[in-house]
Amino acid sequence: MTNFHSTIDVSVNGQRRSDEVDHRSTLLDYLREHLGLTGSKKGCDHGQCGACTVLQDGLRINSCLQLAVMADGTEVITIEGIDAEGIDAEGIHTEGIDGTVDRAGSGGGGASLQRTFVELDGLQCGYCTPGQICSAVGVIREIAAGWPSAVMEQVTDRPALTEAEVRERMSGNLCRCGAYVNIVPAILRAQELRS
Amino acid sequence: MTPLGYARPRDVADALDRAAAPGAMFIGGGTNLVDLMKLGVETPAALVDVGRLGLDRIEELAGGGLRIGAAVRNSRLAADARVRQRYPVLAEALVNGASGQLRNMATVGGNLLQRTRCAYFQDTSADCNKRVPGSGCSARAGDHRNLAILGGSPACIATHPSDMAVAMVALDAVVNVRTPAGTSRTDVRELHRLPGSTPHIETVLAAGSLIESVDLPAPVEARSTYRKVRDRASFAFAVASVAAIVQLDDRRVRDVRIALGAVAPRPWRASAAEDVIRGESPSTALFESAIAAELADAEPLRGNAYKVPLLRNLVVRVLCELCGVDPPVRSLA
Repeated sequence: MTNFHSTIDVSVNGQRRSDEVDHRSTLLDYLREHLGLTGSKKGCDHGQCGACTVLQDGLRINSCLQLAVMADGTEVITIEGIDAEGIDAEGIHTEGIDGTVDRAGSGGGGASLQRTFVELDGLQCGYCTPGQICSAVGVIREIAAGWPSAVMEQVTDRPALTEAEVRERMSGNLCRCGAYVNIVPAILRAQELRS
Repeated sequence: MTPLGYARPRDVADALDRAAAPGAMFIGGGTNLVDLMKLGVETPAALVDVGRLGLDRIEELAGGGLRIGAAVRNSRLAADARVRQRYPVLAEALVNGASGQLRNMATVGGNLLQRTRCAYFQDTSADCNKRVPGSGCSARAGDHRNLAILGGSPACIATHPSDMAVAMVALDAVVNVRTPAGTSRTDVRELHRLPGSTPHIETVLAAGSLIESVDLPAPVEARSTYRKVRDRASFAFAVASVAAIVQLDDRRVRDVRIALGAVAPRPWRASAAEDVIRGESPSTALFESAIAAELADAEPLRGNAYKVPLLRNLVVRVLCELCGVDPPVRSLA
């Protein structure tokens, strides 16, 4: 007899959880419907808009495209817990990449992004904002870890946090209000604040 | 979605056992399969999660090559210093694919085996010979703007959407496959079948086979690039792409490898174009005759005929850049 449910052990915003999930549930539905963490949004539900972005083991992912059962054993951070998240490369250190991991400003990076999004009007309706901020934490970490992007002259270069990099790396987060002109400065400003 | 079994196998042998059950499918990152399940295109009875079998390592091969585990995430592969230094064309292709979030989820094996993004394949109310064999093809008379101009058939003109696989085909990469009978090796360029009259059979892999890893041969001293044309600057599938690797002697092209993306049912190795160029002195005229040879068998339709001049201009320009030849200036015609 096939079992259609499993118990998963996950850490969500630092709290350990053990819950039974239907194998069909996505991580997004588990967070919203099971845990009541409705900050992560369901926009397209097909991985195209980024409103559902959360951090898993330090990396940003689309929670709408991962089954909750696949998240067993992982650590998930949603917008509800992002304020305590650092925006350094800790946790995603990449083997063989030259350069030191910059730990300055570790802790509170997520909170500074929340502040700069408010101060610089990085939103209008706000629906995409939780995903934008979680994704931005991931972007700043990935740049700190030296991960390449499509706008680099050479993939062997070390990236810097520039407007072009932010625009490229944030392309998985759509904002139908078109607040991009303020989202980009908000991310750049958050980085300035911590350095 | 219908109720679903789920298993996390102990090892590869256990995974193969579980995949033999009726209706079972492997799942890697889930970025394509979960989406297709939501759309009702795929209805697995059970999923076998192959994301935690220890296939997430990148290892050195004797002689300077790399073995990439099938469960390595696309972002980790692109960030690996050895990949960036020895196979920059692969890192470029990877960072041009999908979004940052998706690259953190998608696996190498899943990227190779991802399904076409043909709108009619994804729409269960449309006719699609790939989804429902014998049902017909809605794309031929419908919207085929981003479908194949090479290698298609009356039954199917779907394209393979990967960027990564295009670079792997240009690099002569090889997949290591496990079956209950043992292991086998297949060139990535031979992995995907052309549709013919059976477009639902997409690869040469036997049912229940598992891609364990991809081997990259030792790098050669060469110039290379991956160039992608798409409808917007980021996070969009290609309408055409090219991975090119050129080895130059004094005045001649000692060797050239060209793979084309988003124009055929599989990442398309442009062997006819390579044969025209190899051993010759690089020039715009040479590159134009080379891509003309490759496109001689092109079968564009009304809505995707634009891909013929687009691909010609793209390939000529990339080869000119790699060989230090002034690119042609011409009208759009």
